[in-house]
Amino acid sequence: MFQYIIRRILIAIPVLFGVTVLNFFIINLAPGNPVDMMVNPSATPEQLAATKHALGLDQPVWVQYWNWITQLFHGNLGFSYSTREPVTQILLAHVGPTVMLMGVSLVVGYLIAIPLGILCARKQNSWIDYLVTGFSFFGISVPHFFLGLGVIYVFASKLLLFPTGSMNTLGGDGGLMDTINHLILPVLVLATGIGGNMVRYVRSSMLDVLGKDYLRTAKAKGLSQFIITNKHALRNSLIPIITVIGIDIPMLIGGAIVTEQVFQWPGLGLLTIQSITSRDYSTLMAINLLAAVTVLVANLLTDILYAVADPRIRYD
Amino acid sequence: MSELLKVDKIKTEFQTEKGPVTSVDEVSFDLNEGETICLVGESGCGKSVTSLSIMHLLDRNGSVTQGSILFDGKDIAHAKEAEMRKIRGNDISMIFQEPMTSLNPVLTIGDQLTEGIKLHMKLSKNEARNYAIEMLKKVGIPRAEGIIDEYPHKLSGGMRQRVMIAMALSCRPKLLIADEPTTALDVTIQAQILKLMKNLREDSNTAIILITHDLGVVAEMADKVAVMYAGQVVEETDVYTLFDNPKHPYTLGLMKSIPHITNPDDMRLNSIPGSVPSVHNMPKGCRFYDRCPHAMKRCLEEKPELKPIEDKQAHSIRCFLYEKEEQEYETKHAEKEVSS
Repeated sequence: MFQYIIRRILIAIPVLFGVTVLNFFIINLAPGNPVDMMVNPSATPEQLAATKHALGLDQPVWVQYWNWITQLFHGNLGFSYSTREPVTQILLAHVGPTVMLMGVSLVVGYLIAIPLGILCARKQNSWIDYLVTGFSFFGISVPHFFLGLGVIYVFASKLLLFPTGSMNTLGGDGGLMDTINHLILPVLVLATGIGGNMVRYVRSSMLDVLGKDYLRTAKAKGLSQFIITNKHALRNSLIPIITVIGIDIPMLIGGAIVTEQVFQWPGLGLLTIQSITSRDYSTLMAINLLAAVTVLVANLLTDILYAVADPRIRYD
Repeated sequence: MSELLKVDKIKTEFQTEKGPVTSVDEVSFDLNEGETICLVGESGCGKSVTSLSIMHLLDRNGSVTQGSILFDGKDIAHAKEAEMRKIRGNDISMIFQEPMTSLNPVLTIGDQLTEGIKLHMKLSKNEARNYAIEMLKKVGIPRAEGIIDEYPHKLSGGMRQRVMIAMALSCRPKLLIADEPTTALDVTIQAQILKLMKNLREDSNTAIILITHDLGVVAEMADKVAVMYAGQVVEETDVYTLFDNPKHPYTLGLMKSIPHITNPDDMRLNSIPGSVPSVHNMPKGCRFYDRCPHAMKRCLEEKPELKPIEDKQAHSIRCFLYEKEEQEYETKHAEKEVSS
């Protein structure tokens, strides 16, 4: 097991290298460049050229890449082209809000979806099953921007229950309750999608397990239905559930770009959109790199959890 | 020997999209403490459904709609789920056909074995573990102390069936239902498992309902035999009478279709022509009518009843051919009752 983890980490290094190469060249293929966005429209071509030279943007792409990657190995992610702040600092400021938003959304979504999925499987083809699957279908298919605008319209604009966006009240003194108040609507939107997806996986995975012989054995022992479902059946249907969690976790970092934009949540998603519109390549590269690392870590964790959930899976 | 189980004319129905389907109809048999009864018959004749009916382990759409199941003097045919939970694994336990799929793959042997022990015998975690190791040793599992922490996939089919038997017998049940316990195992392991069941039966005086379609197993294990056909018991008697003096045309057909070691090499085995009627389309009269060499006109119209005849041991048959013997038995016993 330990060897397997080491091997996986070693494999991750070339993968990450490939990710940076693709990222860098694809971003540089996009039309326009940071200088166009940052200088005065009346600047002369000489001034533009001077700025480009100062930023190293007049060099060939592969030289730029070389400069970037060597700096990366020194732990330096560079400076933002638009705000001139160190990228590390910008990232750190935006990671917290995203992790908070996504973490709460994932937990809320799962806490609702997993019991509902089990219930649906136990009561297959009953009205409750149809109701929940109907809702989950809604949760998966409604676009986040649409649902987001919808809940803002109803709960913030008409009912005035919650703020329309951002993380804290402007000019307020912050505080936990204020943040929670701002958190509810975006969490509602994200948890609907996350939960809707999870319900279907839990339901089908449980249905698959509920017909198995060993559950009849468990029942023949005189165990209660609660233990049969939640100990014997649930543990056997964990593999698909872990898979879905493993896919969801990178969202913790990747952020929900659309939802953060709709609610003006100051996380990585919002930062991504801002970096794209301002051609802030160095920030964008850093976000992409962080997302790639998260995906790789989540995949590794998923594989390790498979072995924990099912003793038949061994990596040696 | 007192009577432990009396199954009286139970009818098990399944609700399907095409309407209710009767899988078991008028099945009756009884069993004393420490006795072994074999339910024999071909696939789909209702042997397993009968046993699952006793345990209330039928799928959600199946239930016993008529008849009674007296266990230890109490009718459990319509018992509540909470009552059944106290009986299952404690008074009645069960072994299934497929040892490869009957154990939960993600829980250790010990975990699965001690669950029932902790629940019914109220032992502590440690006591239950020690008791479980003892049970594993009893069913002949080597290295029981190590095996208890293993997962089922590390064990062979025969070993898993031993674990199932240890699990089933751990709470000293009064009745063990074994649903084709050896069908999925190879012949040498079969013999070992049967021998094990016999020894354990002698140790603990457990009554056994053994479901099988192997008449060799019947001869080895049974005290009594009930032959089933298309959801009904067609003949019930003790094992010696069944092999010496089989009566029902279906039983006779089964006997003829067993290969014997003394048969000449080029001899073709007998078979019963035709196939079992479908559950959706059961004949009104005798269910064996289509395939019976002695079929009469009245078999098509009238339904034969399972009735006793005079023999060395109790012997009941569901066939019009023995109507005369059945009547004689009835009048004789009616006279006896009057005189006593």
